[in-house]
Amino acid sequence: MGGTTELTDVTRDEASLRRFLHGLPGVDAVGLEQRSAGLATRSIKKASKLWAIDTAISMVDLTTLEGADTPGKVRSLCAKARRPDDDVPPVAAVCVYPDLVATAKEALAGSGVNIASVATAFPSGRSTLKVKLTDTEFAIESGATEVDMVIDRGAFLSGRYGQVFDEIRTIKAACGDTHLKVILETGELATYDNVRRASWLALLAGGDFIKTSTGKVSPAATLPVTNLMLQAVRDWHGVTGQHRGVKPAGGIRTTKDAIRHLVAVHEVAGAAWLTPHLFRFGASSLLNDLLMQRRTQLDGHYSGPDYFSVD
Amino acid sequence: MDLVNWEYAPAPESRAIANLKPSYRMFVDGEFVEGAGEPLKSVNPATEEVLAEVSTASSADVDRAVKAARRAHDKTWGRMPGAERAKYIFRIARMIAERARELAVLESLDNGKPIKEARDTDVPTAAAHFFYHAGWADKLDYAGYGPDPRPLGVAGQVIPWNFPLLMAAWKIAPALACGNTVVLKPAETTPLTALVLAEIIQQAELPPGVVNILPGAGDVGAELVNHAGVDKVAFTGSTEVGKIIQSALAGTGKKLTLELGGKAANIVFDDAPLDQAVEGIVNGIFFNQGHVCCAGSRLLVQESIAEELLAKLHARVATLRVGDPLDKNTDVGAINSREQLTKITELVASGEREGAERWTSPCPLPDKGFYFAPTVFANVTQSMRIAREEIFGPVLSVLTFRTPDEALAKANNTPYGLSAGVWTEKGSRILWMADRLRAGVVWANTFNRFDPTAPFGGYQESGFGREGGRAGLEAYLDV
Repeated sequence: MGGTTELTDVTRDEASLRRFLHGLPGVDAVGLEQRSAGLATRSIKKASKLWAIDTAISMVDLTTLEGADTPGKVRSLCAKARRPDDDVPPVAAVCVYPDLVATAKEALAGSGVNIASVATAFPSGRSTLKVKLTDTEFAIESGATEVDMVIDRGAFLSGRYGQVFDEIRTIKAACGDTHLKVILETGELATYDNVRRASWLALLAGGDFIKTSTGKVSPAATLPVTNLMLQAVRDWHGVTGQHRGVKPAGGIRTTKDAIRHLVAVHEVAGAAWLTPHLFRFGASSLLNDLLMQRRTQLDGHYSGPDYFSVD
Repeated sequence: MDLVNWEYAPAPESRAIANLKPSYRMFVDGEFVEGAGEPLKSVNPATEEVLAEVSTASSADVDRAVKAARRAHDKTWGRMPGAERAKYIFRIARMIAERARELAVLESLDNGKPIKEARDTDVPTAAAHFFYHAGWADKLDYAGYGPDPRPLGVAGQVIPWNFPLLMAAWKIAPALACGNTVVLKPAETTPLTALVLAEIIQQAELPPGVVNILPGAGDVGAELVNHAGVDKVAFTGSTEVGKIIQSALAGTGKKLTLELGGKAANIVFDDAPLDQAVEGIVNGIFFNQGHVCCAGSRLLVQESIAEELLAKLHARVATLRVGDPLDKNTDVGAINSREQLTKITELVASGEREGAERWTSPCPLPDKGFYFAPTVFANVTQSMRIAREEIFGPVLSVLTFRTPDEALAKANNTPYGLSAGVWTEKGSRILWMADRLRAGVVWANTFNRFDPTAPFGGYQESGFGREGGRAGLEAYLDV
């Protein structure tokens, strides 16, 4: 891997792109999982734990992506996002379907909380580019400040990297300054080698963030996958000097799990990534567990789930 | 961009869990007794404080222990059906598991190794060795040595300070499974966990004399291996001492196995899974402060990726947390003794003198105790001392190669031959290398993995005989 100029060369055509992606070092699954399990044994206590909890809260993309979502549900979630608990600053973003972006925008006005919208025929990505583009434009026009797109996993798995690349590029162009997160749906990519290739593909195409999952496929975010994607943004920074972000989404429900992810951010990518600008959690139930553990740290005792609003 | 500084708060394991006693006594014929030797003081290498006073054996004590072991062998243990022996060995395994936390903290205090390694590797693997060998005790007919293979008799065993409890388990478990009785000498600087193991053996109600544990220095070891009542000698330690034992035993008819030093090559090809190779290199040389006979102390990296790999390696090694071994977040603990620290320092100085390029982690080191910051030498050549001599510390020597043949030639160009690592995504190359490397263990895309089912042992000056697995039983059977 050379400098940025070499990277422009690798995206010149489909063949170059394929050569580059297939030339990335392989991932040894046993070794990756061993390293992730090792990082998970870090013991984070006292002040360092409280800092981690506060940081994790500030990184939450509070998410609701159900067929049953209504304006009422979204407004309730936005209220939680604005003020998760007494004296707790807002979360990073609220993440909804495009048709509910306008509701979220109204509910979050003046809060500084970002409005993230999934787009591009989420979650499967099975539609035409035209529909995906319209989906994205609709989300942005409705007020989304961040777009979470899905890649075409079918195209990726059949080796049509150029198509995936072009789609991300096109959506990125439509986004303009709107932050673009590229969902790889790692549960469907199945191998770590694929995750590494898809990560680089998304970074080459201009994704501001690479995101693990839609939350609709199991497994969603796992520690080894997050670890691997953190290596990708770290190496991307090494080559280009640019910072890109990582968002694990789905399956992270406990403070313990969130802290394990932050340890990986800290020790794999580096301290520079310990900010909501570069790391997010796509989650819903995680927030309340973080709030409960936060209050436990401050009060010295555990108060129980009924002291926290279910939104 | 604002760089945050996320300090991990200290997370020390409580030293009270170790149940440290002011003094420890040797274990002979089922009893803890005072030895007639000069007592030794076991020191915590992380703080240089004395942990406990330990009585040591005199030559009369060695004689008494060997005679007790002989009696136990002839009267009970050697005649006992394997299924009965198995019950005792299973009991030891379970009791180690039950007292795992105590043993881990004590091991960390006495040895200086990080609690996370004592907790996650040493103690569970020690229990696993007893579990595994308990299973063999009534199945020796099927071990491949013919029907009803007989024990050798009394085994005299001398173990090193790098994995005090685990090495005791490696030695005692197969000996007992095969029907031998044991006199074991733990290392002078790390006798404590072996004596807690003796306590477990006593509580497990093994017949008196089946296991005897005699702390002391090298003279006790010499007394033991040269005792006429010993039928089998097993030694893990330096090549220098191994040679002395081998010549002393020549012609005596005693069966001998030696597990000695090493200078293992960790070989990284240009198609390796690089991030995992970096982890394997780190694990290979910085695990247990590099106090590992099979440590991957020579990194052989293909020249075309050397620069990239070295940059990744430096970045990774700089994240290793060096310090209080009892802190659960410590990655690299204390060097076991001042003597060892002096040896490491001297060899590192020779590397600088001979022109290798030194890089040392900028990590902070504690003010007290014996510590050495993780160090990587680049531009090392085969002729340098740091490429040839065992450093037994957190010091890696990096050499490059151009072709598989050159990698093989350099890897094999050592009087040792304990272990090797091969990193490549190409399966055929792994097999090609494994076939030609002169090393007892060849790890492929991993390093320093231990399992009681896998035989471990060396080539050339790394010793002979195997420990673990079916092959390891041979060392304790009259076959």
